[in-house]
Amino acid sequence: MSKNGQNGQGITASFKVKAGLAQMLKGGVIMDVVTPEQAVIAEEAGAVAVMALERVPADIRADGGVARMSDPGMIKEIIAAVSIPVMAKARIGHFVEAQILEALGVDYVDESEVLTPADEEHHIYKHDFKIPFVCGCRNLGEALRRIGEGAAMIRTKGEAGTGDVVEAVRHARTVLGEIRRLQLMPDEELMAYAKTIGAPYALVKETKELGRLPVVNFAAGGIATPADAALMMQLGVDGVFVGSGIFKSGNPAKRALAIVKATTHYNNPQILAEVSENLGEPMVGINVSSLPEEEQLATRGW
Amino acid sequence: MRVGVLALQGAFIEHINMLKSLGVEAVEVRLPEQLAGLDGLIIPGGESTTIGKLAVMYGFMEPLRRFAAEKALWGTCAGMIFMAKAIGDGRSQHGQPLLAIMDIVVDRNAFGRQVDSFEADLRVSVFENGQSKPFPAVFIRAPKLVAAKGDARVIAELEDGTAVAAQQGKWLATSFHPELTGDDRFHQYFLQLAGKDG
Repeated sequence: MSKNGQNGQGITASFKVKAGLAQMLKGGVIMDVVTPEQAVIAEEAGAVAVMALERVPADIRADGGVARMSDPGMIKEIIAAVSIPVMAKARIGHFVEAQILEALGVDYVDESEVLTPADEEHHIYKHDFKIPFVCGCRNLGEALRRIGEGAAMIRTKGEAGTGDVVEAVRHARTVLGEIRRLQLMPDEELMAYAKTIGAPYALVKETKELGRLPVVNFAAGGIATPADAALMMQLGVDGVFVGSGIFKSGNPAKRALAIVKATTHYNNPQILAEVSENLGEPMVGINVSSLPEEEQLATRGW
Repeated sequence: MRVGVLALQGAFIEHINMLKSLGVEAVEVRLPEQLAGLDGLIIPGGESTTIGKLAVMYGFMEPLRRFAAEKALWGTCAGMIFMAKAIGDGRSQHGQPLLAIMDIVVDRNAFGRQVDSFEADLRVSVFENGQSKPFPAVFIRAPKLVAAKGDARVIAELEDGTAVAAQQGKWLATSFHPELTGDDRFHQYFLQLAGKDG
Protein backbone atom coordinates (compact mmCIF):
# COMPACT_ATOMS: atom_id res chain seq x y z
CA MET A 1 0.00 0.00 0.00
CA SER A 2 0.86 3.65 -0.16
CA LYS A 3 3.98 4.63 1.71
CA ASN A 4 2.99 7.61 3.79
CA GLY A 5 5.58 10.27 4.51
CA GLN A 6 5.88 13.03 7.06
CA ASN A 7 6.61 16.71 6.81
CA GLY A 8 6.66 19.30 9.57
CA GLN A 9 2.89 19.56 9.44
CA GLY A 10 1.53 16.04 9.20
CA ILE A 11 1.22 12.88 7.10
CA THR A 12 2.08 13.31 3.41
CA ALA A 13 1.61 11.07 0.35
CA SER A 14 -1.39 9.21 1.80
CA PHE A 15 -3.88 7.88 -0.74
CA LYS A 16 -6.38 10.40 0.61
CA VAL A 17 -4.27 13.41 -0.36
CA LYS A 18 -3.37 11.84 -3.72
CA ALA A 19 -6.99 11.13 -4.65
CA GLY A 20 -8.02 14.40 -2.98
CA LEU A 21 -6.25 16.57 -5.55
CA ALA A 22 -8.21 14.84 -8.32
CA GLN A 23 -11.40 15.61 -6.38
CA MET A 24 -10.48 19.30 -6.52
CA LEU A 25 -10.06 19.10 -10.33
CA LYS A 26 -13.61 17.84 -10.90
CA GLY A 27 -15.88 19.81 -13.17
CA GLY A 28 -12.77 21.22 -14.81
CA VAL A 29 -10.68 21.04 -17.97
CA ILE A 30 -7.07 19.82 -18.06
CA MET A 31 -5.26 21.12 -21.13
CA ASP A 32 -2.21 19.83 -23.02
CA VAL A 33 0.44 22.54 -23.42
CA VAL A 34 3.88 22.44 -25.05
CA THR A 35 5.28 25.85 -24.02
CA PRO A 36 5.06 28.17 -20.98
CA GLU A 37 3.16 30.65 -23.18
CA GLN A 38 0.49 28.05 -23.92
CA ALA A 39 0.35 27.19 -20.20
CA VAL A 40 -0.42 30.84 -19.38
CA ILE A 41 -3.15 30.93 -22.06
CA ALA A 42 -4.65 27.77 -20.53
CA GLU A 43 -4.56 29.21 -17.01
CA GLU A 44 -6.08 32.49 -18.22
CA ALA A 45 -8.89 30.52 -19.85
CA GLY A 46 -9.68 28.79 -16.54
CA ALA A 47 -7.98 25.39 -16.96
CA VAL A 48 -7.81 23.51 -13.64
CA ALA A 49 -4.42 22.02 -14.57
CA VAL A 50 -2.08 21.74 -17.52
CA MET A 51 -0.39 18.67 -18.98
CA ALA A 52 3.17 19.62 -19.91
CA LEU A 53 4.46 17.72 -22.95
CA GLU A 54 6.78 18.26 -25.89
CA ARG A 55 4.33 17.42 -28.62
CA VAL A 56 0.55 17.19 -28.51
CA PRO A 57 -0.83 13.76 -29.47
CA ALA A 58 -1.77 14.91 -33.00
CA ASP A 59 1.91 15.70 -33.66
CA ILE A 60 3.15 12.53 -31.96
CA ARG A 61 0.83 10.66 -34.30
CA ALA A 62 2.07 12.59 -37.36
CA ASP A 63 5.78 12.40 -36.47
CA GLY A 64 5.91 8.70 -35.60
CA GLY A 65 8.99 7.31 -33.87
CA VAL A 66 9.36 6.74 -30.12
CA ALA A 67 7.53 9.22 -27.90
CA ARG A 68 9.13 9.69 -24.46
CA MET A 69 8.86 11.80 -21.30
CA SER A 70 9.35 15.52 -22.05
CA ASP A 71 12.56 17.47 -21.41
CA PRO A 72 12.72 18.31 -17.67
CA GLY A 73 13.89 21.83 -18.55
CA MET A 74 10.66 22.46 -20.44
CA ILE A 75 8.54 20.99 -17.63
CA LYS A 76 10.29 23.24 -15.09
CA GLU A 77 9.58 26.33 -17.20
CA ILE A 78 5.90 25.42 -17.32
CA ILE A 79 5.82 24.81 -13.55
CA ALA A 80 7.33 28.28 -13.06
CA ALA A 81 4.86 29.93 -15.45
CA VAL A 82 1.54 29.00 -13.79
CA SER A 83 -0.03 28.65 -10.32
CA ILE A 84 -2.37 25.78 -11.25
CA PRO A 85 -1.28 22.11 -10.94
CA VAL A 86 1.09 20.77 -13.59
CA MET A 87 0.88 17.19 -14.83
CA ALA A 88 3.38 15.39 -17.06
CA LYS A 89 3.43 12.07 -18.90
CA ALA A 90 5.61 9.03 -18.29
CA ARG A 91 5.67 5.98 -20.56
CA ILE A 92 3.63 2.96 -19.43
CA GLY A 93 5.86 0.92 -17.12
CA HIS A 94 8.72 3.47 -17.15
CA PHE A 95 9.07 3.98 -13.42
CA VAL A 96 12.32 5.92 -13.79
CA GLU A 97 10.64 8.58 -15.92
CA ALA A 98 8.07 8.78 -13.12
CA GLN A 99 10.84 9.14 -10.53
CA ILE A 100 12.28 12.02 -12.55
CA LEU A 101 8.88 13.71 -12.79
CA GLU A 102 8.46 13.32 -9.03
CA ALA A 103 11.87 14.92 -8.46
CA LEU A 104 10.81 17.87 -10.66
CA GLY A 105 7.80 18.48 -8.41
CA VAL A 106 5.03 17.83 -10.94
CA ASP A 107 1.66 17.50 -9.22
CA TYR A 108 0.37 14.44 -11.14
CA VAL A 109 2.01 11.85 -13.40
CA ASP A 110 0.01 10.56 -16.35
CA GLU A 111 1.18 7.02 -17.11
CA SER A 112 0.09 7.42 -20.68
CA GLU A 113 -0.56 5.30 -23.76
CA VAL A 114 0.08 8.44 -25.82
CA LEU A 115 3.80 7.81 -25.26
CA THR A 116 5.45 4.64 -26.53
CA PRO A 117 5.13 1.95 -23.82
CA ALA A 118 8.36 0.98 -22.04
CA ASP A 119 6.91 -2.28 -20.70
CA GLU A 120 4.32 -4.34 -22.53
CA GLU A 121 3.39 -6.43 -19.48
CA HIS A 122 3.64 -4.31 -16.37
CA HIS A 123 2.47 -0.87 -15.44
CA ILE A 124 4.26 1.21 -12.79
CA TYR A 125 3.73 0.23 -9.14
CA LYS A 126 2.30 3.59 -8.21
CA HIS A 127 1.80 3.13 -4.46
CA ASP A 128 5.54 3.67 -3.92
CA PHE A 129 5.46 7.25 -5.19
CA LYS A 130 4.83 10.41 -3.19
CA ILE A 131 3.01 12.03 -6.10
CA PRO A 132 -0.28 10.77 -7.51
CA PHE A 133 -0.85 9.08 -10.88
CA VAL A 134 -3.63 9.22 -13.44
CA CYS A 135 -3.99 6.28 -15.83
CA GLY A 136 -6.09 5.55 -18.90
CA CYS A 137 -8.72 2.82 -19.24
CA ARG A 138 -11.18 1.45 -21.78
CA ASN A 139 -13.31 -0.59 -19.41
CA LEU A 140 -13.99 -1.23 -15.74
CA GLY A 141 -11.48 -4.06 -15.38
CA GLU A 142 -8.66 -1.90 -16.73
CA ALA A 143 -9.67 1.02 -14.47
CA LEU A 144 -9.67 -1.18 -11.35
CA ARG A 145 -6.32 -2.81 -12.25
CA ARG A 146 -4.76 0.65 -12.44
CA ILE A 147 -6.33 1.68 -9.13
CA GLY A 148 -5.05 -1.58 -7.67
CA GLU A 149 -1.54 -0.53 -8.73
CA GLY A 150 -2.05 2.81 -7.00
CA ALA A 151 -3.60 5.18 -9.56
CA ALA A 152 -5.41 7.99 -7.68
CA MET A 153 -7.32 9.18 -10.75
CA ILE A 154 -8.62 7.51 -13.91
CA ARG A 155 -9.34 8.83 -17.36
CA THR A 156 -11.07 6.97 -20.12
CA LYS A 157 -8.60 6.71 -23.00
CA GLY A 158 -10.56 7.73 -26.06
CA GLU A 159 -8.27 8.03 -29.07
CA ALA A 160 -5.79 10.84 -28.54
CA GLY A 161 -4.76 13.18 -31.33
CA THR A 162 -7.75 12.48 -33.57
CA GLY A 163 -10.31 15.13 -32.65
CA ASP A 164 -12.86 12.31 -33.02
CA VAL A 165 -14.90 11.88 -29.83
CA VAL A 166 -16.26 8.44 -30.77
CA GLU A 167 -13.75 6.41 -28.75
CA ALA A 168 -14.07 8.69 -25.70
CA VAL A 169 -17.81 8.02 -25.81
CA ARG A 170 -17.29 4.29 -26.29
CA HIS A 171 -14.91 4.01 -23.31
CA ALA A 172 -16.99 6.21 -20.99
CA ARG A 173 -20.17 4.31 -21.86
CA THR A 174 -18.37 1.02 -21.31
CA VAL A 175 -17.01 1.93 -17.87
CA LEU A 176 -20.17 3.65 -16.64
CA GLY A 177 -22.42 0.95 -18.08
CA GLU A 178 -20.40 -1.80 -16.42
CA ILE A 179 -20.73 0.02 -13.09
CA ARG A 180 -24.51 0.27 -13.55
CA ARG A 181 -24.71 -3.48 -14.22
CA LEU A 182 -22.39 -4.24 -11.30
CA GLN A 183 -24.75 -2.41 -8.95
CA LEU A 184 -27.50 -4.87 -9.84
CA MET A 185 -25.39 -7.98 -9.18
CA PRO A 186 -25.97 -9.93 -5.96
CA ASP A 187 -22.84 -10.13 -3.78
CA GLU A 188 -22.29 -13.83 -4.48
CA GLU A 189 -21.64 -13.01 -8.16
CA LEU A 190 -18.91 -10.45 -7.49
CA MET A 191 -15.98 -12.89 -7.20
CA ALA A 192 -16.72 -14.50 -10.55
CA TYR A 193 -17.22 -11.06 -12.09
CA ALA A 194 -13.87 -9.89 -10.65
CA LYS A 195 -12.25 -12.95 -12.25
CA THR A 196 -13.95 -12.28 -15.60
CA ILE A 197 -12.87 -8.65 -15.85
CA GLY A 198 -9.45 -9.28 -14.26
CA ALA A 199 -9.96 -6.79 -11.45
CA PRO A 200 -9.11 -6.92 -7.73
CA TYR A 201 -12.13 -8.28 -5.82
CA ALA A 202 -11.99 -5.63 -3.07
CA LEU A 203 -12.18 -2.84 -5.65
CA VAL A 204 -15.07 -4.52 -7.48
CA LYS A 205 -16.94 -4.68 -4.18
CA GLU A 206 -16.11 -1.07 -3.33
CA THR A 207 -17.23 0.12 -6.76
CA LYS A 208 -20.57 -1.67 -6.34
CA GLU A 209 -21.08 -0.07 -2.92
CA LEU A 210 -20.14 3.43 -4.13
CA GLY A 211 -22.00 3.18 -7.42
CA ARG A 212 -19.00 4.82 -9.07
CA LEU A 213 -15.24 4.32 -9.45
CA PRO A 214 -13.44 4.71 -6.12
CA VAL A 215 -11.41 7.59 -7.63
CA VAL A 216 -12.21 10.55 -9.87
CA ASN A 217 -12.83 9.65 -13.53
CA PHE A 218 -12.18 12.13 -16.35
CA ALA A 219 -12.71 11.64 -20.10
CA ALA A 220 -9.89 12.05 -22.61
CA GLY A 221 -8.93 11.38 -26.20
CA GLY A 222 -10.68 13.19 -29.05
CA ILE A 223 -12.52 16.01 -27.27
CA ALA A 224 -12.32 19.04 -29.58
CA THR A 225 -15.41 21.22 -29.05
CA PRO A 226 -17.49 22.62 -26.17
CA ALA A 227 -20.27 20.24 -27.22
CA ASP A 228 -17.85 17.28 -26.99
CA ALA A 229 -16.92 18.30 -23.43
CA ALA A 230 -20.56 18.70 -22.39
CA LEU A 231 -21.41 15.35 -24.01
CA MET A 232 -18.82 13.59 -21.87
CA MET A 233 -20.04 15.40 -18.73
CA GLN A 234 -23.65 14.44 -19.43
CA LEU A 235 -22.57 10.83 -19.91
CA GLY A 236 -21.33 11.01 -16.32
CA VAL A 237 -17.58 11.67 -16.17
CA ASP A 238 -16.13 14.06 -13.59
CA GLY A 239 -14.20 16.36 -15.95
CA VAL A 240 -12.29 16.40 -19.24
CA PHE A 241 -8.78 16.36 -20.67
CA VAL A 242 -8.35 18.27 -23.91
CA GLY A 243 -5.13 17.46 -25.74
CA SER A 244 -4.63 18.53 -29.32
CA GLY A 245 -8.13 20.02 -29.52
CA ILE A 246 -7.18 23.46 -28.19
CA PHE A 247 -3.75 24.41 -29.48
CA LYS A 248 -4.29 22.70 -32.85
CA SER A 249 -7.35 24.89 -33.46
CA GLY A 250 -7.65 28.31 -35.11
CA ASN A 251 -8.23 30.35 -31.95
CA PRO A 252 -6.86 28.47 -28.91
CA ALA A 253 -7.64 31.10 -26.21
CA LYS A 254 -11.26 31.44 -27.28
CA ARG A 255 -11.80 27.70 -27.71
CA ALA A 256 -10.14 26.95 -24.35
CA LEU A 257 -12.46 29.37 -22.56
CA ALA A 258 -15.50 27.99 -24.39
CA ILE A 259 -14.65 24.42 -23.35
CA VAL A 260 -14.17 25.54 -19.72
CA LYS A 261 -17.60 27.21 -19.73
CA ALA A 262 -19.20 24.19 -21.43
CA THR A 263 -17.78 21.86 -18.78
CA THR A 264 -19.35 23.92 -15.97
CA HIS A 265 -22.68 24.51 -17.74
CA TYR A 266 -22.81 21.09 -19.41
CA ASN A 267 -26.53 20.77 -18.69
CA ASN A 268 -27.52 24.20 -20.01
CA PRO A 269 -28.06 24.07 -23.82
CA GLN A 270 -28.62 27.85 -23.96
CA ILE A 271 -25.14 28.54 -22.60
CA LEU A 272 -23.66 25.74 -24.73
CA ALA A 273 -25.10 27.43 -27.82
CA GLU A 274 -23.62 30.80 -26.81
CA VAL A 275 -20.13 29.48 -26.14
CA SER A 276 -20.05 27.40 -29.32
CA GLU A 277 -20.48 30.45 -31.56
CA ASN A 278 -17.68 31.75 -33.80
CA LEU A 279 -14.87 29.66 -32.37
CA GLY A 280 -12.94 29.54 -35.64
CA GLU A 281 -11.47 26.41 -37.15
CA PRO A 282 -11.49 23.30 -34.95
CA MET A 283 -8.51 20.97 -35.17
CA VAL A 284 -8.44 18.96 -38.37
CA GLY A 285 -9.69 15.58 -37.31
CA ILE A 286 -8.92 11.99 -38.21
CA ASN A 287 -11.82 9.55 -38.29
CA VAL A 288 -10.92 6.80 -35.86
CA SER A 289 -12.71 4.31 -38.12
CA SER A 290 -10.06 5.02 -40.78
CA LEU A 291 -7.19 4.21 -38.39
CA PRO A 292 -5.77 0.69 -38.55
CA GLU A 293 -5.71 -0.96 -35.15
CA GLU A 294 -1.92 -0.88 -34.89
CA GLU A 295 -2.09 2.92 -35.09
CA GLN A 296 -4.64 3.21 -32.28
CA LEU A 297 -3.01 4.44 -29.09
CA ALA A 298 -5.81 3.15 -26.84
CA THR A 299 -4.75 -0.46 -27.44
CA ARG A 300 -1.51 0.22 -25.54
CA GLY A 301 -1.60 -1.00 -21.93
CA TRP A 302 -4.02 -3.70 -20.74
CA MET B 1 -33.38 24.71 5.51
CA ARG B 2 -31.92 25.11 2.03
CA VAL B 3 -28.17 25.47 1.52
CA GLY B 4 -26.38 26.03 -1.78
CA VAL B 5 -22.97 24.88 -2.93
CA LEU B 6 -21.29 26.95 -5.63
CA ALA B 7 -20.92 24.41 -8.46
CA LEU B 8 -18.77 26.26 -10.99
CA GLN B 9 -15.94 23.77 -10.53
CA GLY B 10 -14.38 21.61 -7.83
CA ALA B 11 -15.46 19.26 -5.05
CA PHE B 12 -19.07 20.39 -4.72
CA ILE B 13 -20.73 16.94 -4.70
CA GLU B 14 -18.85 16.03 -1.51
CA HIS B 15 -20.34 19.06 0.29
CA ILE B 16 -23.81 18.31 -1.06
CA ASN B 17 -23.65 14.71 0.12
CA MET B 18 -22.56 15.81 3.58
CA LEU B 19 -25.32 18.43 3.84
CA LYS B 20 -27.93 15.89 2.74
CA SER B 21 -26.71 13.44 5.37
CA LEU B 22 -27.41 16.18 7.95
CA GLY B 23 -31.00 16.43 6.75
CA VAL B 24 -30.92 19.75 4.91
CA GLU B 25 -31.84 20.45 1.31
CA ALA B 26 -28.66 21.02 -0.69
CA VAL B 27 -28.57 22.51 -4.18
CA GLU B 28 -25.92 23.17 -6.84
CA VAL B 29 -25.54 26.85 -7.74
CA ARG B 30 -24.23 27.63 -11.24
CA LEU B 31 -25.94 30.96 -11.98
CA PRO B 32 -26.54 33.99 -9.70
CA GLU B 33 -30.35 33.71 -9.78
CA GLN B 34 -30.02 30.32 -8.07
CA LEU B 35 -28.91 32.13 -4.86
CA ALA B 36 -32.52 33.18 -4.21
CA GLY B 37 -34.11 31.46 -1.23
CA LEU B 38 -30.91 29.96 0.16
CA ASP B 39 -30.07 30.13 3.88
CA GLY B 40 -26.35 29.74 3.29
CA LEU B 41 -23.75 29.00 0.64
CA ILE B 42 -20.58 26.92 0.58
CA ILE B 43 -17.80 27.80 -1.85
CA PRO B 44 -15.97 24.49 -2.35
CA GLY B 45 -12.40 23.50 -2.98
CA GLY B 46 -11.22 23.43 -6.55
CA GLU B 47 -8.90 25.67 -8.54
CA SER B 48 -9.35 29.18 -7.19
CA THR B 49 -8.35 30.77 -10.53
CA THR B 50 -10.98 28.74 -12.40
CA ILE B 51 -13.74 29.39 -9.86
CA GLY B 52 -12.89 33.12 -9.71
CA LYS B 53 -12.87 33.59 -13.47
CA LEU B 54 -16.16 31.72 -13.98
CA ALA B 55 -17.72 33.71 -11.13
CA VAL B 56 -16.80 36.97 -12.84
CA MET B 57 -17.93 35.81 -16.30
CA TYR B 58 -21.34 34.72 -15.04
CA GLY B 59 -21.97 37.86 -12.98
CA PHE B 60 -21.62 36.35 -9.50
CA MET B 61 -19.46 38.97 -7.77
CA GLU B 62 -22.02 41.56 -6.63
CA PRO B 63 -24.84 39.03 -6.03
CA LEU B 64 -22.47 37.01 -3.82
CA ARG B 65 -21.44 40.11 -1.84
CA ARG B 66 -25.09 41.04 -1.32
CA PHE B 67 -25.88 37.45 -0.30
CA ALA B 68 -23.01 37.40 2.20
CA ALA B 69 -24.17 40.64 3.82
CA GLU B 70 -27.15 38.72 5.22
CA LYS B 71 -26.43 35.03 4.99
CA ALA B 72 -23.91 32.45 6.10
CA LEU B 73 -20.99 31.77 3.75
CA TRP B 74 -18.25 29.16 4.05
CA GLY B 75 -15.21 28.77 1.82
CA THR B 76 -13.03 25.66 1.85
CA CYS B 77 -9.51 25.93 0.35
CA ALA B 78 -10.13 27.67 -3.01
CA GLY B 79 -13.32 29.06 -1.47
CA MET B 80 -11.32 30.56 1.39
CA ILE B 81 -9.01 32.29 -1.10
CA PHE B 82 -12.03 33.62 -3.00
CA MET B 83 -13.56 35.10 0.19
CA ALA B 84 -10.34 36.79 1.37
CA LYS B 85 -9.71 40.53 1.20
CA ALA B 86 -6.13 40.00 0.07
CA ILE B 87 -3.58 37.47 -1.12
CA GLY B 88 -0.43 37.94 0.94
CA ASP B 89 3.29 37.95 0.33
CA GLY B 90 3.14 40.20 -2.74
CA ARG B 91 3.21 37.33 -5.23
CA SER B 92 1.38 37.88 -8.49
CA GLN B 93 -2.33 37.17 -8.30
CA HIS B 94 -2.42 36.29 -12.03
CA GLY B 95 -5.39 38.66 -12.21
CA GLN B 96 -7.22 36.40 -9.78
CA PRO B 97 -10.65 37.79 -8.84
CA LEU B 98 -11.45 37.97 -5.10
CA LEU B 99 -14.83 38.48 -3.44
CA ALA B 100 -12.95 40.41 -0.73
CA ILE B 101 -15.56 39.72 1.94
CA MET B 102 -13.63 38.41 4.93
CA ASP B 103 -10.94 40.33 6.78
CA ILE B 104 -8.34 37.66 6.18
CA VAL B 105 -5.12 37.56 4.20
CA VAL B 106 -4.22 34.25 2.55
CA ASP B 107 -1.17 32.85 0.80
CA ARG B 108 -1.93 30.46 -2.09
CA ASN B 109 -0.23 27.04 -2.28
CA ALA B 110 1.73 28.12 0.77
CA PHE B 111 2.54 24.62 1.99
CA GLY B 112 4.13 23.68 -1.35
CA ARG B 113 3.15 21.52 -4.31
CA GLN B 114 1.09 18.31 -4.32
CA VAL B 115 3.99 16.29 -2.91
CA ASP B 116 3.64 18.42 0.25
CA SER B 117 -0.13 17.93 0.62
CA PHE B 118 -0.85 16.39 4.02
CA GLU B 119 -3.29 15.20 6.67
CA ALA B 120 -3.17 16.51 10.26
CA ASP B 121 -5.36 16.48 13.36
CA LEU B 122 -6.60 19.89 14.52
CA ARG B 123 -8.02 21.23 17.74
CA VAL B 124 -10.93 23.48 16.83
CA SER B 125 -11.78 26.10 19.46
CA VAL B 126 -15.45 26.52 18.52
CA PHE B 127 -16.46 22.84 18.81
CA GLU B 128 -17.80 21.72 22.18
CA ASN B 129 -15.54 18.67 22.08
CA GLY B 130 -12.85 20.43 20.01
CA GLN B 131 -10.08 19.92 22.56
CA SER B 132 -10.76 16.28 23.41
CA LYS B 133 -11.63 15.12 19.90
CA PRO B 134 -9.27 16.45 17.19
CA PHE B 135 -10.64 17.14 13.73
CA PRO B 136 -9.03 15.10 10.91
CA ALA B 137 -8.05 17.75 8.36
CA VAL B 138 -6.93 17.14 4.76
CA PHE B 139 -4.75 19.82 3.15
CA ILE B 140 -4.43 19.71 -0.67
CA ARG B 141 -2.04 22.30 -2.17
CA ALA B 142 -3.57 24.36 0.59
CA PRO B 143 -3.49 28.10 1.23
CA LYS B 144 -2.25 29.52 4.54
CA LEU B 145 -4.16 32.01 6.61
CA VAL B 146 -1.53 34.72 6.94
CA ALA B 147 -3.62 37.13 9.01
CA ALA B 148 -7.09 37.50 10.50
CA LYS B 149 -7.96 41.16 11.08
CA GLY B 150 -10.85 43.18 12.47
CA ASP B 151 -13.72 40.92 13.56
CA ALA B 152 -12.20 37.82 11.98
CA ARG B 153 -10.73 35.37 14.48
CA VAL B 154 -8.67 32.24 14.09
CA ILE B 155 -10.53 29.10 15.21
CA ALA B 156 -8.03 26.35 14.33
CA GLU B 157 -4.26 26.07 14.11
CA LEU B 158 -1.73 23.41 13.25
CA GLU B 159 0.56 22.25 16.04
CA ASP B 160 3.22 24.75 14.99
CA GLY B 161 0.71 27.60 15.35
CA THR B 162 -0.06 28.07 11.64
CA ALA B 163 -3.62 29.41 11.35
CA VAL B 164 -5.85 27.30 9.09
CA ALA B 165 -9.46 28.29 9.88
CA ALA B 166 -11.22 31.55 10.70
CA GLN B 167 -14.67 32.88 11.50
CA GLN B 168 -16.16 36.34 11.14
CA GLY B 169 -19.79 36.47 12.19
CA LYS B 170 -21.69 34.14 9.84
CA TRP B 171 -18.66 33.60 7.60
CA LEU B 172 -16.34 30.66 7.87
CA ALA B 173 -13.08 29.92 6.06
CA THR B 174 -11.03 26.72 6.20
CA SER B 175 -7.83 26.06 4.28
CA PHE B 176 -8.53 22.30 4.49
CA HIS B 177 -11.35 19.99 3.33
CA PRO B 178 -13.89 18.80 5.92
CA GLU B 179 -15.94 17.44 2.99
CA LEU B 180 -13.25 14.80 2.31
CA THR B 181 -13.48 13.33 5.81
CA GLY B 182 -16.20 11.40 7.57
CA ASP B 183 -16.37 14.06 10.29
CA ASP B 184 -19.35 16.41 9.84
CA ARG B 185 -18.72 18.79 12.75
CA PHE B 186 -17.72 21.71 10.51
CA HIS B 187 -20.84 21.21 8.41
CA GLN B 188 -22.99 21.11 11.56
CA TYR B 189 -21.29 24.25 12.84
CA PHE B 190 -21.90 26.02 9.52
CA LEU B 191 -25.58 25.04 9.60
CA GLN B 192 -25.83 26.63 13.06
CA LEU B 193 -24.35 29.85 11.63
CA ALA B 194 -26.94 29.64 8.84
CA GLY B 195 -29.69 29.51 11.47
CA LYS B 196 -30.50 25.82 11.82
CA ASP B 197 -32.13 24.92 15.13
CA GLY B 198 -30.29 22.69 17.59
